[in-house]
Amino acid sequence: MAILRYATLRFITMLLTLLVVSVLIFIIINLPPGDYLSNQLTELRATGQEAGIAKAEFMYHEYAMDRPLWEQYTIWMGFTPGPQGYSGMLQGDFGWSFEFDRPVSEIVGEALWLTVLVNVAAVLFVYLVALPLGVLAAAKAKTWVDYTSSFVGYLGLATPNFLLALMLFYYGHRYFDLPIGGLMAPELEGEPMSLEKVKSILVHLIVPTFVIGTAGAAGMMQRLRANLLDELGKPYVETARAKGLPPAKRLWKYPLRMAFNPFVADIGNLLPSLISGSVLVSVVLGLQTIGPALLTALKTQDQFLAGFILLFVALLTLVGTMISDVLLMLLDPRIRYGGRD
Amino acid sequence: MTALLQVKNLTISFKSDPPVVDDVSFTVNAGKTLALVGESGSGKTLCCRAILQLLPKAANVKSQGVFLNCNDAGALNLSELPRKQMRDIRGNQISMIFQEPMQSLSPLHRIGNQVSEILTLHKNISNRDAKAQVLEQFERVGFHNPERVFRAYPFELSGGMRQRAMIAMATVAKPDLLIADEPTTALDVTTQAQVLGLIKELQKETGMSVIFVTHDLGVVANMADSVVVLHRGSVMEAGQVEYVIGAPAHKYTQKLFAAAPVIPAATEIEPPVPQDDLILEMKSVSKTYHVRAGSFWSPSIDIKAARDINLSVARGKTLAVVGESGSGKTTCARMVLGAEKPDEGGKISFCGEKGGVALDVNDLQSDQCTLFRQQLQPIFQDPYSSFNPRMRVVDALTEPLDINNIGNRSQRRDRAVEVLEWVGLDSRILYRYPHAFSGGQRQRLSIARALAMNPVFLVCDEPTSALDVSVQNQILCLFEDLQKRMGLSYLFISHDLAVVSRIADEVAVMHHGQVVEQAPPCTLFHNPRHPYTQALLAAQPEPDINRPINLEVVAKGAGSPDSWPEMFRSIETKSPPLTEIEPGHRVRCHA
Repeated sequence: MAILRYATLRFITMLLTLLVVSVLIFIIINLPPGDYLSNQLTELRATGQEAGIAKAEFMYHEYAMDRPLWEQYTIWMGFTPGPQGYSGMLQGDFGWSFEFDRPVSEIVGEALWLTVLVNVAAVLFVYLVALPLGVLAAAKAKTWVDYTSSFVGYLGLATPNFLLALMLFYYGHRYFDLPIGGLMAPELEGEPMSLEKVKSILVHLIVPTFVIGTAGAAGMMQRLRANLLDELGKPYVETARAKGLPPAKRLWKYPLRMAFNPFVADIGNLLPSLISGSVLVSVVLGLQTIGPALLTALKTQDQFLAGFILLFVALLTLVGTMISDVLLMLLDPRIRYGGRD
Repeated sequence: MTALLQVKNLTISFKSDPPVVDDVSFTVNAGKTLALVGESGSGKTLCCRAILQLLPKAANVKSQGVFLNCNDAGALNLSELPRKQMRDIRGNQISMIFQEPMQSLSPLHRIGNQVSEILTLHKNISNRDAKAQVLEQFERVGFHNPERVFRAYPFELSGGMRQRAMIAMATVAKPDLLIADEPTTALDVTTQAQVLGLIKELQKETGMSVIFVTHDLGVVANMADSVVVLHRGSVMEAGQVEYVIGAPAHKYTQKLFAAAPVIPAATEIEPPVPQDDLILEMKSVSKTYHVRAGSFWSPSIDIKAARDINLSVARGKTLAVVGESGSGKTTCARMVLGAEKPDEGGKISFCGEKGGVALDVNDLQSDQCTLFRQQLQPIFQDPYSSFNPRMRVVDALTEPLDINNIGNRSQRRDRAVEVLEWVGLDSRILYRYPHAFSGGQRQRLSIARALAMNPVFLVCDEPTSALDVSVQNQILCLFEDLQKRMGLSYLFISHDLAVVSRIADEVAVMHHGQVVEQAPPCTLFHNPRHPYTQALLAAQPEPDINRPINLEVVAKGAGSPDSWPEMFRSIETKSPPLTEIEPGHRVRCHA
């Protein structure tokens, strides 16, 4: 019951945070002077293309760019209705991308889910790799097992992502017949979901997951090792030894549980770094995530597209922290009952 | 008499260093208690761990054998036992209690889970039967609501309760031998008395043997049948408790006895300390903490850490404040230091010079504040954490001068050498780092640091609690000496009445934020009136086997105030007034 209440409370604060973030995003996007449409209008006027001017002016009005900034914000968010039926984010109208000349929803549509997919896969990869390696390194501290896993970890941390990507593509293709680039076979793009498409996506996911996750996994592994080593020297581990618990159970039941807290708390931190890191990787690997679109949108001041993507990333991060907070509460009674006595 | 455990010629060393335990042998008889006595670093804990094969891998252990007498299988040599068989013995035939009940239980698992684990691990019984047995054991160790403790997490219990839970855990499998490694050192003296009583009682019921590791001769006298005195890894003296405690033969044992503080047998009352020249005065000082409640909508809770404290320290004298953890004594010290502001209406005044103007500690102008902070210096309990490990001695000692812009570099250094001399340390150590010093030396350093500013008043918060008895003795001598030479005044916080009896001119006993009794030490020991003071005195273990702890008095005074005689009880929420029953002796009771 307490957990449900906590989760609800946490959800409400998350929504409030998201609101603040949306204001920040909107301000930051509008900070540089000018916007996409006025830039385009100047350019069109200079070259005298009347038809284009009319269209741009129509858009300018339709998306309320002639209103004061705060009104633009409320209209974008959908708190107040815009002119001529533009209803805003809350109503599910994400606006228009001027650069691609298509609705934002159409551009990000599939990319959105692929982004989530790639990043969730990367997070899973990070945890699946870091957990056993970190525990192993701590349990066999100061032996060759520890040194080897640390060495591999540092290699992973130090290798630039794009270099790793190129190497993996080359060798993966040569020896394991892995596909190069993209998140699915080109002929399946735009097709409805099918078993074949799922299979294709999964095969294409292998290299990107590895590339995006390696650095995170290496860092996480080192943190887990350090935390676990700290815990292993604590008196309660000695108590467990004195009880006669066999070594494996002793390790996972007591110190690992304790070392798990920072491990879980990292979910929230991991997501934003993975996503911003994966923007470049997506460009290099030609992944159809929203990364490349975000890059273009930011460069050309395509405000609705950039705004939407940034807000989406913020949402992912907030959901990540919320998940880790709720998990921590489930894991650690001290947090659950904090302040009860 | 049959021997249960025999340790023969045990030697432990690390790397190629000289052995830390050197050729130690002892025997534990069935159903009896052996006390291993020694100061820190004497190797007593290592001996215990060696029995259970719990030493770190780096330890180099040699022995002629550690023999456990099992009824069915004859003698078992534990030092040659395969690991798996050793695990069957741990927790089952031999179990162990550790010093720190706060850290020896996993904070993330319920007490019940951790205790019943022993049974499910060794006894091959169902969870349900295990739980029933654990609940029974909980009741035996004195939990009134076993079911609640079973479901509780360690952080929900007090230190004494946790140690009870540890004892339940160590005894639930009915071991033949219980190793208790300083099980009461971290506890309050009244709690210690109760825990000692509990261990004895369990021993009587089950007939187990006990190895009791301690540095406290009073505890030995109360618990042991035979004693082994260790010093730097070697046995100094061993034998029956009557002989070792009654007539110690070895010099080292005699030295231990001489150093152990004892409450003197007072025969008459002492005249009160004259109150005409006060250096510090606290007038109706209270402190309430607002604790934010756990959840969003429940109201915050007020905790009254100190209630209506009226205390004063005469110039050149020592006021000792005694009480258990949570009694508010440290809160008092913090308020005197100005680190904590008392509630509205309380006043603390400080008069640094004889005949000078008294300062209101909570309303200082900035120049008064500078002076106040120079004249009044704190000394803390833990000499290990009160130094920055990255600052050399000279930096730590000159830092206060540096902050107050006193003197130039070489003058400050000279001052550092001077104060080091005062506390009995050599100026050659100026450029060393704190880690190079023992606990006693560090406490000397922190006294030196306090003296650097030429203070007139020291606030000492349990300055000897973390030290060995012989070191404690030296530090107390140093305090006495400094007071004589420089006319310092002390506010001395302690939980140990024996320490206090030695140094104090006046003692205030605190309980739940209130002073319950106040008198010069001899008067207090001669004629303790308040049940809580009586409990504190009774709980003090005396190094004399003919004067065991009187658990009844302890339980009566240290329990809930409802068990006190009527004249000491509160009426509704109003506690009785502090009444003067003889000159300088005040007791909180209805007249």
